[in-house]
Formats: sequence, C-alpha cells, structure tokens
Amino acid sequence: MAPVIEVKNLVKDYRLGEAPVHVLKNVSFEIERGDFVSIMGPSGSGKSTLMNILGCLDKPTSGAYALDGVSVGNLNRDQLAEIRNKKIGFVFQQFNLLARTSAAENVELPLMYTEAPARERHERAREALLAVGLAGREEHQPSQLSGGQQQRVAIARSLVNDPSIILADEPTGALDSRTGIEIMAIFQRLNREKGITMIVVTHDPDIAAYSNRSIHFKDGRLQLDERHAQPREARKDLEQLPAEQPEEVVSS
Amino acid sequence: MNKIVASIRIALRALKVNRMRSALTMLGIIIGVAAVIAMVGVGAGATARIQQQIQSIGSNLIIVLPGSISSNGVRLGSGAVASLTQDDAKAIADECPSVALAAPTVRGGVQVVYGNNNWATNAQGVTPDYMTIRDYTMLSGQFFTTQDVDAAAKTAVLGETVARNLFGDNDPTGQVVIIKNVPFTVAGVLTPKGQSPTGQDQDDVILLPITTATQKVLGANKANAQAVSQLMVQAISPEAMDQSIQEVEELLRERHRILPGLEDDFTIRNLTEVFQAQETSAQVMSILLGAIASVSLIVGGIGIMNIMLVSVTERTREIGLRQAVGAKTRDILLQFLVEAVTLSLLGGIIGIVAGLAASLLISHFAQWTTEVSPMSILLAFMFSALVGVFFGYYPARKAAFLDPIEALRYE
Repeated sequence: MAPVIEVKNLVKDYRLGEAPVHVLKNVSFEIERGDFVSIMGPSGSGKSTLMNILGCLDKPTSGAYALDGVSVGNLNRDQLAEIRNKKIGFVFQQFNLLARTSAAENVELPLMYTEAPARERHERAREALLAVGLAGREEHQPSQLSGGQQQRVAIARSLVNDPSIILADEPTGALDSRTGIEIMAIFQRLNREKGITMIVVTHDPDIAAYSNRSIHFKDGRLQLDERHAQPREARKDLEQLPAEQPEEVVSS
Repeated sequence: MNKIVASIRIALRALKVNRMRSALTMLGIIIGVAAVIAMVGVGAGATARIQQQIQSIGSNLIIVLPGSISSNGVRLGSGAVASLTQDDAKAIADECPSVALAAPTVRGGVQVVYGNNNWATNAQGVTPDYMTIRDYTMLSGQFFTTQDVDAAAKTAVLGETVARNLFGDNDPTGQVVIIKNVPFTVAGVLTPKGQSPTGQDQDDVILLPITTATQKVLGANKANAQAVSQLMVQAISPEAMDQSIQEVEELLRERHRILPGLEDDFTIRNLTEVFQAQETSAQVMSILLGAIASVSLIVGGIGIMNIMLVSVTERTREIGLRQAVGAKTRDILLQFLVEAVTLSLLGGIIGIVAGLAASLLISHFAQWTTEVSPMSILLAFMFSALVGVFFGYYPARKAAFLDPIEALRYE
C-alpha cells in the first residue's frame, strides 16, 4: 500500500524584508498508513511550518507533497479546504473550540461543510464523543468542561469526518502531565483500534515516547528519524500514577 | 439550502451573544427605515389630498369664460360681455372631436325658502351633462333629465350644505322649496364633494335646469337670452386636453366671427393644469423627504459595516478554525453576509412597524394626511436587505480571505 504521506525535496522560504529565510531545506520522508509518528524539534526548527504544509494550510515553495496518493502542491484555496475537510483532522494546543457552543455542535463543525444531513451529523458527533469517553456531555459548553475534556472534544471533532490523518500540534502543551498522558492514551487507542494515522508535533520527549516513530528536525533539516521498537503504553503509565482522583476515566 | 439555514442559525446565535451591540446596530437601520416610511407616507398623503381635490373639480376639465372686450379704449374684465351662448356649448360638443361633453352654466345668488327656513346660496342653471363632467353622484333622489331642461321643469337638485340647512336630517327629495316665489320640487341631493382646492364649499349650491334658471329665476341677459356664465368642457382624455383647447378656440373664433389678429372674446382655462402643478410639487416634496430619510438608512448601513468589521476581527480564530476544518471561501462569505443581512432585515422589519406607528402619530397629532402604501413597505424591506448585502460584503470578504494560519494564531 502507498504511504499516506509522501514528502519529497520540500522547500519553504519566507520573504522577510530583503533576504529570504529558508525555513525548510530539502526535506523528504514518508509516513505509512496506520503509523503513529511524532515530529520533534526545538522552536525555529521548521516543524510548525512542516505541520502547516502537511495540514494543507500552507503551500511549499518547491518540492512535492502527496497526501493519500493525491498531490496537493498545486491545488487552490478551496480545493485545499476540501482536502482538509475530508482527509485531515486537526488537534490544537489551545483546543480552539467555539465558545458558547455545545460539545456536540463543536464536534459537528467539520460536517457543516459537507452535504451530510442534520440527522447524520448529530449521530456521527455522538459517536465521536463516545469514542473519546465523553458520552453524556453532548450539551456541555466548553466553559463547563475541564481542559482535558475540552481537548477530548477537540479530538472528537478531528475524528468526526473519518480523516486519513490526525495532525496534533502540541496537543498536551496546555495540559498537566497526567491529563497529557490521558490524551496520549486516547491517541494510541484510536491509532490501534481505528487504524488512524497519527502525527503529533511536540518538543517533549516524554510525549514522543508514546509514538512508534520520531522524526527530529533542526534548522529546517531532517536530523534524525528513529523508530521505537517498544513505544510506551500510555494506559499502563496511567495505572502506575498515584490515584489523584482522575477527572474522567477513559473507557476503552 | 441546508447551508443557508445553518448560516442563519450561526448568525442568529452570534447576534444573540452580543445582544446590546446587535440592538444598537439595528437601531440605525430601524431609524432609517422608519424615517423613510413616515416621510414618504407624509408626502404621499399630501399628493393624495391634492389629487382628491383635482378629482372633485372633475377630470380633463376646461372652463370657457366670456371674455373681455375693449369698448372705446376701455378694457373690460372677463365676463363683461355675454359672448357665450347655449348654442356655443352645443356646437362645441357636436363639432370638436377631442371634446366629450360641453355643459353651459348660468349662475346667480338666490334665497331658497323651505317652510320657515331659508338659506342664501349660489344657484346654477345647468344641463344633465354637468353632473357627468363634474363627476357628481347622488346622495339621494335623481338628477333632472334632458326632458326637464327642454320643458323648463320646476325641479331642483340640492347641494348637501343647502339640504342640511333647510331640512336638517330629513330627506328633501320630493319636498318643495321656493326660490323667488317659484315653487321647485327637489329631485335629489348631491353627494358632498367638500372644499374646492381654493377653499370654497362646493356643496353650498342649488342646481336648476338651465332653461328654468334663465326664464324664472336668474332672469335672461337683456342683450342675449341665450347667454351663459361659463362653459364647462370635458376632453375625451387627459392627453386630448391641449388638442381640445385648440379646437374649442378655433370653433368659437369662427362662430363669433373674430377676424385673425383680433383678441378672443372668451377665455379658456385649463384648471387641471394648475392643480397638476401643485401635485407635481407635492410629489417632488415627497421624493425629497424620502431622499433625506434614505441618508439615515445609509448611515445605518455604515453602522452595520463597522460592527461587522469588529466582529470579523474578534472572531479571527473562529474563522481560522472553520477554514481549518474545511470551510471554503464562500462558506465564510455566506456566514458573515447572512449575519449582516439578518441585522439589517430585522432592523428593517422593526423599522417598518415604527414607521407605520410614526405616520399614525403624525396624522393624529399634526392633522396631516399620511398614506403608507404597501409598495413603500416592500421597498423599505428590500432596501434594508440591500443595505445589509452592500455594507456586509466588504467585512464578509475580508473574513473569507483571511489566511488560515494567521487566523488560527491570532490572539
């Protein structure tokens, strides 16, 4: 089977004043379908830019990028929006939920830009919330949910349109370490049970340890590509943590 | 369709979140629409009132008066000579193709007596054509007939003012009134016309057959027994007015044997023209009022644009998120456009209600006739929708073309 992501000789320049800044310098790699990959690197390493390009939010200056076998290099604005809608689920550091909007409606948001009828939207939103352990919280608004729960709503939102990949940008960055591990446990479960390709951008080696493969960036170049023979099990780590009143037990 | 309904829901929620702001923004449109509705209502009311007055004189009406003549260098005023006759009327009606009817009139002041009541009024000797020309209808009874005119019957038709003063609330039809010792049977009462454009009471009148009037009441003109005070001529259509004036003038000059180069011995007046000028000025005023009121509607639209720009800035992250999960340019455009139009349409509807209320208040307290037509309501509604689209487009476009990366990162 073809890899879900194929990146070849990717270059991204920004023009700041006179001299162009080379953010990505000839980056090439592939990600297999169903893999769980972490992208690591210090700030300024170009990992955010790579993330934007992988997420079809930005276009490379040169080089090829194929997502799910489709070359996305020369698509226009609306075509990219359609790719994002159908193939990519986003999870952000700051959750990015709509305020004063129920969890279910937040999850439904990507479906609002499809032809799915209302009944189907509601049903799929309910299923996605169930998958992240938030059944019964459909009508809660973000302000009534804890940070971990909000991030789980965001994960449900990224799941709802059955994407080829889920791109998570520092998904645990705004959470305490225990809740962070809970989020990683959900990612591991979704990756194994549903076979969704997970790509997590992080600077935290402890978080990257839960992935099957880590790609390290430095100064716009791929520095190290390592495969973890034995990734850590987030669920086991959670069991070993002192019982400090978990806010919500993640059901599998 | 699905998406439009969803956009309307999103828009309504966004407006509900900022209730005070939405209300204040709408207020601009409300005031604008209400002002347009009320001002156009006042203008239309004034126009309608003038039109009503024009109709009360009769439509397509030309009045021919006996003219002035010079006698040994002394110029006498209009009506100084008895130059017009009943035969002139007949000839005009028969020979001028643009003329529908011509009615001769003689008039004079009389004292009308009924029992121990009496009333001084204006008596007019006319033919049944007069009723048609002046658009009279009967309140009760019948107008007298051509036979009555030919037979010089002693029959009379009363104006409403005369009937009220002599008979109170009783129906005068069939009763006998005395004018200059001659008994007249009342044939009927005219439907009141109210004031003329010049403020005269058009119902203070008694109509007699022209023959009876000249022979028994007003007395024949010594120089010419056939002489009349004026001729009322009705053209076949408003467009034929000028043509009929020309025809009447030519015919009368010929009949009166006036040599080329000499002055007419009669005067032709086109009354409708005078009042049409008034009507036009009322219409101009109403357009002017409407235009001034429209300015406030445009100011209201600028308010919408302002608040939509603020809203787009405030919701930059939301826009970025929507773009990230698949909203296309037109989805975002539609969302914000619907929001702007919702504001302006809601404001428009409330404004229409406020405008109706305002015009009712104006007509109640200022005693002005106001007339709010369904057309002006529809127009105000459409115009407010248009204001929403026009002033909402720029902010919506700004939102739709945000860079998703920048938008997501916006603090």
